[in-house]
Amino acid sequence: MNANKLQSKLIEAARKEPLSDHVPYAFEKRIMACLAGLAPVNPWAMWGRPLWRAALSCIAITLLCGLWSIMTSAPAQRSDNPDNFAQAFDRALYASSDQPPEDIW
Amino acid sequence: MEPTDAELIAAVIQGDTASFEPLIKKYQPRVFATARRYARRESEVEDIVQEVFIKAFQKLAGFRGEAPFEHWLMRLAMRTCYDFLRAHQRNRETSFTELSQPETDWLDQFVIEPDAADEHAEAARQLIRRILTRLSPSARLVITLLEIEERSVKEIAEITGWSVPLVKVRAFRARAEMRKILAKIAKTKYM
Repeated sequence: MNANKLQSKLIEAARKEPLSDHVPYAFEKRIMACLAGLAPVNPWAMWGRPLWRAALSCIAITLLCGLWSIMTSAPAQRSDNPDNFAQAFDRALYASSDQPPEDIW
Repeated sequence: MEPTDAELIAAVIQGDTASFEPLIKKYQPRVFATARRYARRESEVEDIVQEVFIKAFQKLAGFRGEAPFEHWLMRLAMRTCYDFLRAHQRNRETSFTELSQPETDWLDQFVIEPDAADEHAEAARQLIRRILTRLSPSARLVITLLEIEERSVKEIAEITGWSVPLVKVRAFRARAEMRKILAKIAKTKYM
């Protein structure tokens, strides 16, 4: 049996088969009933909602941190305390350059 | 004047679900015809069509209108059919021992005189349907699109989302798979 010829004959048979596009009665009603509780999914909205939530939380955290830093640093500045954070930071940063050279050797 | 597809789609996206019904009515015959290529039982065909339209409704916001809605919908339908084949691949027929009498007669006729075997015969159609159900999902999809619907490789790549080389490889494998099945029939019936 010639398998190639059989294959082409059968493919030809499939090509010639008329395809039915018959639709059952009121099929669209069945689909509409299924769609009743659904809403079209917007991919941008799906991303947008969590991103907005994340942005709002970030803003809230930034504001809280800002408030906290103002509250904690305010008394030190008012009392003109030399040990405030900025000065301590400066001292730490320039500690090596403040040392006299003979101390190094 | 009837609203256009674009107007209906815009209305659905705005929240008017009822505007989806004319779209279903317009395109359901084509979706049914496509689904009937891949599913045999009418209940399965209906389930496929229903899934296609539900997916279309849910993904409608992602339709950018660059191609006609029909193309987008048919691509979705094809992918749903492919998913259906993959989900049901365990139910593929495994034996050729139960060929119907007309199928056997047609094969006998082909063996005796290949050119005389009529490809219009219902038995030939039954036989090819039986063979297609035995193919793997990707092979069946490729054979249907490439050989039966005579679509180009590029078109198939667009429909399936596969690359052009992948379509070519799958087409080569699908033809080999089909020849193997035919050889098996020949072995079972005539050796």
